[in-house]
Amino acid sequence: MEIARHWRLKQQRYGLVGEVCPHCDHKIFPPRDVCPNCGDEAKEPFNFSGQGEVFSFTTIYEAPAGFEANAPYTVALVKLDEGPMVTAQLTDLGEQPVEIGMPVEMVTRKMRNDGDERGVILYGYKFRPVLAGLR
Amino acid sequence: MEEILITGVGQIPAGEHWDSSLREMGAKAVRLALQNAGNPEPQALFVGNMLSMNISNQAHLATLIADRADLVGIEAATVEAGGASGGAAIRQAVLAVKSGLVDCAIALGVEKFTDKAGGELESALATNMDGDFEAMQGLTTTSQAAMLMQRYLMQYKAERSAFAGFALNAHKNGAGNPNAMFQKAIKADTYLKAEMVSEPLNMFDIAPFVDGAAAIVLTRSSLYKGSAQPVKVSASALSTDTLSLHDRVDVLEFRSVARCAQKAFDQAGLRPGQINLFEYDDQFGIFAALALEATGFCERGQAWKMALEDEIGVGGRLPCATFGGNKARGFAGGATGIYQAVEAVLQLRGDAKANQVPGATHAMIQGIGGPGSTCVSHILSKMES
Ligand SMILES: [Zn+2]
Repeated sequence: MEIARHWRLKQQRYGLVGEVCPHCDHKIFPPRDVCPNCGDEAKEPFNFSGQGEVFSFTTIYEAPAGFEANAPYTVALVKLDEGPMVTAQLTDLGEQPVEIGMPVEMVTRKMRNDGDERGVILYGYKFRPVLAGLR
Repeated sequence: MEEILITGVGQIPAGEHWDSSLREMGAKAVRLALQNAGNPEPQALFVGNMLSMNISNQAHLATLIADRADLVGIEAATVEAGGASGGAAIRQAVLAVKSGLVDCAIALGVEKFTDKAGGELESALATNMDGDFEAMQGLTTTSQAAMLMQRYLMQYKAERSAFAGFALNAHKNGAGNPNAMFQKAIKADTYLKAEMVSEPLNMFDIAPFVDGAAAIVLTRSSLYKGSAQPVKVSASALSTDTLSLHDRVDVLEFRSVARCAQKAFDQAGLRPGQINLFEYDDQFGIFAALALEATGFCERGQAWKMALEDEIGVGGRLPCATFGGNKARGFAGGATGIYQAVEAVLQLRGDAKANQVPGATHAMIQGIGGPGSTCVSHILSKMES
């Protein structure tokens, strides 16, 4: 299902590719082609470092269809070092409690199986904790 | 002066209606509202609905309901604005009647949630988010609210128990509403011991998903011939914010609400202090708090204190959720905004019985779609006789 949609978004999903405004240098994710800061056109691609920190978070026990196998899982608003915020799952948490302000970095992981039809496995970005001292 | 009037209201009990369909619930509410208005001949039907295409595989809903309500031939269209769909349908009815193109319009809200449950319902609700950048991550509407509350508690240094006041007030008021899903007050202890759903949200911070339908009838004052005292629409406004939380500069400021409320107060020529009751959108307790703050009823970070100190009770400074709100009446998606209108009209008519707000003259009703992505507000006022 929706194969064209996933293909269309593969850059953003795998690599966290957004945009940078050529007028005011504002970094944009998800891409919107118009700078939310100055209102001018902004189509220049920008590769985010994938580094950021947890702005807020919670755990989902009752997951939407297609995500049940992952539940429970933690989702977060991650504030990227370059400015924008993204919504993403946290992964590789182990026993570590999540806190607001916790440093995290992007990794590519399996998101869900659309296996009922054509066996499509969706990959996308998640964030994992950065070990103290590595940043 | 020509005014927009609400001349009739109708509602069915909010709850689990496994035995009745979308069309039956909708048609019933329409009939009740028309009867209450003295059986005028409506020319238009605007139907607020959030998820019938997904939950019931039913689009083209307004025509279906007009058909079932014996109104074939009438103008009919569905209005969708997420959880604000009901209020958005009222707004369309107001615009139609005010323009002069329609003399009498019905705004109906109807929702059937209980045909889906669990992961299927979560998926349906998630269609209200950004599909590519939120739903794709497995986000749920509940988790959006949980993240807002988590941040709120941290930023304003409030205890987890800070949100108890919203649930306590809702359930207390639900006890006086025969159309509410929950008609029993709860104790503070019940709130504190409630099961955690998505930290820090517990089950009493979340409104139950119910089926429901409610309708109102609108016309212009020069056309109104009835003897009953009608209620006038003093303000009608709708505003948006970014769809996603992650695109906001300040997530704890519901800017759609602030913009929308300002427009409404300007139209009505009123200040927040002149509002006698506020039907806020408490799909989640945190939404109620952020709405109180953004509407201007208190300073930022203070709404939970208003609730804990019972300033939002029926006898308080600003009575809220006077018939139980979404928390106790039940959250019926697109029907919610119309339930609010019906409840406000009962208050302004002086027909609210045990839940009557003394001296109610101006009521504000407000619906929220997504986490403050859309806001619709109306101010309804008693007509001076
Ligand atoms: Zn710019």
